[in-house]
Amino acid sequence: MVQFTLNGRRVSFEGSGSRRLLDVLREDFRATGTKEGCGEGECGACSVLIDGDVVDSCLVAVGQVEGRDVLTIEGLSSPLQQAFIEHGAAQCGICTPGMLLAAHVLLQRTTRPSADDVREALAGNLCRCTGYTKIIEAVLSCGT
Amino acid sequence: MRDVTYLRPKDLQDAVQLSRTTPGCRPLAGGTDLMVMLHARTLRPAPRAILDVWSLSELKGVRRVDGMLEIGAAESYTGIIRSAEAQQHLPALVAAARTIGAAQIQNRGTLGGNLANASPAGDTLPVLLAYDAVVVTDRRSIAIDRFFTGYRHTALQSDELITAVRFPLDRQVVFRKVGTRAAQAISKVVIAVCRQPARVAIGSVAEVPLRASGAEAALASGDVAGAIAAVTADIRPIDDVRSTATYRQAVTQNVLRELLRQ
Ligand SMILES: Cc1cc2nc3c(=O)[nH]c(=O)nc-3n(C[C@H](O)[C@H](O)[C@H](O)COP(=O)(O)OP(=O)(O)OC[C@H]3O[C@@H](n4cnc5c(N)ncnc54)[C@H](O)[C@@H]3O)c2cc1C
Ligand code: FES
Ligand code: FES
Repeated sequence: MVQFTLNGRRVSFEGSGSRRLLDVLREDFRATGTKEGCGEGECGACSVLIDGDVVDSCLVAVGQVEGRDVLTIEGLSSPLQQAFIEHGAAQCGICTPGMLLAAHVLLQRTTRPSADDVREALAGNLCRCTGYTKIIEAVLSCGT
Repeated sequence: MRDVTYLRPKDLQDAVQLSRTTPGCRPLAGGTDLMVMLHARTLRPAPRAILDVWSLSELKGVRRVDGMLEIGAAESYTGIIRSAEAQQHLPALVAAARTIGAAQIQNRGTLGGNLANASPAGDTLPVLLAYDAVVVTDRRSIAIDRFFTGYRHTALQSDELITAVRFPLDRQVVFRKVGTRAAQAISKVVIAVCRQPARVAIGSVAEVPLRASGAEAALASGDVAGAIAAVTADIRPIDDVRSTATYRQAVTQNVLRELLRQ
């Protein structure tokens, strides 16, 4: 059994600890905001935060989150979300949950990031639609 | 993947015991190589169990041991980048860690995983060679220049766990990686160089990360031009989808020239 915190709630998972965190989130906890793009750690669509650090949930075995704090897009509440809407930073939306979580980590650690800081923080999150400009503008607009 | 048993050892001793007694057992650290292969079912033989070493406190941290700097095998690249001791004594390793993947990969990827995976393109591996690092396992110490035995083959036994990597404190090593873009790109050429003692270590130019012995001999006698000339005979690059062998020869010489000018 794996016990962890998911979006502030204590949860437990009875299945095999070798399943991907991505699959358990989507299939067992119905937290389908976490997306699968590549399944190989390249695209960041499956990004979640574990103890505040951004990771690709397709590379994590669910047994590895025992006792940890997992935050998915369903648990995020950030001005970034409204900023993405206002700047048109989402098109198909597949990359958006991961982008928001990675950007959230940046804003927690750097209050006024530069465009290069944003590019570096989001380097592990690929977007096939927006060309990134609007995403970067949306994140910059949330710097205080 | 549901048929693979997940094992969470309570400490290093338990991990060593489980590794020795569980058939078909494979260590799992950050998962950035292994989880991809598990999911794609490309591992032969297919593992029957994964042994999670990621959370073992004995495999974490950066510390001084016997006048050397020791980095836990399961310490993340992010942990290495943030370590004041690593920044001070191993700037080339910190530089290499910063080029690995993006945040998601740096938060999970480890030296133990990079070593055991033994890709010729593993970015920390030439750096470890230039530092004459020592790989510490559950049963012995292995000098890094004896660690890589063939294409993705290492001196490790099948049930052997890497626990740490040790580095001398007084080496001046410089590092350069040539890839296609700043983040998340597999290397075309990686070079780490130390002047004293002379070390020229190169990745992505042969079936293993290697020490360029001809270039090192020239460098040891102070012959920089000779080292740059000799390096092409030391390496065995291939043509693949990313680059041609001729290109890799030229880039290796250019990067070495640049590093030796510093
Ligand atoms: C998107 C992406 C980008 C990447 N970019 C780079 C890059 O730029 N440069 C680079 O070098 N690599 C890169 N990698 C590869 C990978 O991140 C590194 O090789 C990393 O160091 C692997 O560490 P890990 O802890 O994740 O290993 P894991 O995946 O957990 O394990 C890898 C192998 O090592 C074994 N192993 C792990 N720990 C131990 C131990 N303590 N003792 C014995 N065996 C052990 C496992 O059984 C497995 O065979 C990238 C990977 C991805 C997905
Ligand atoms: S699905 Fe995990 S990184 Fe692409
Ligand atoms: S909005 Fe479609 S991938 Fe980014």
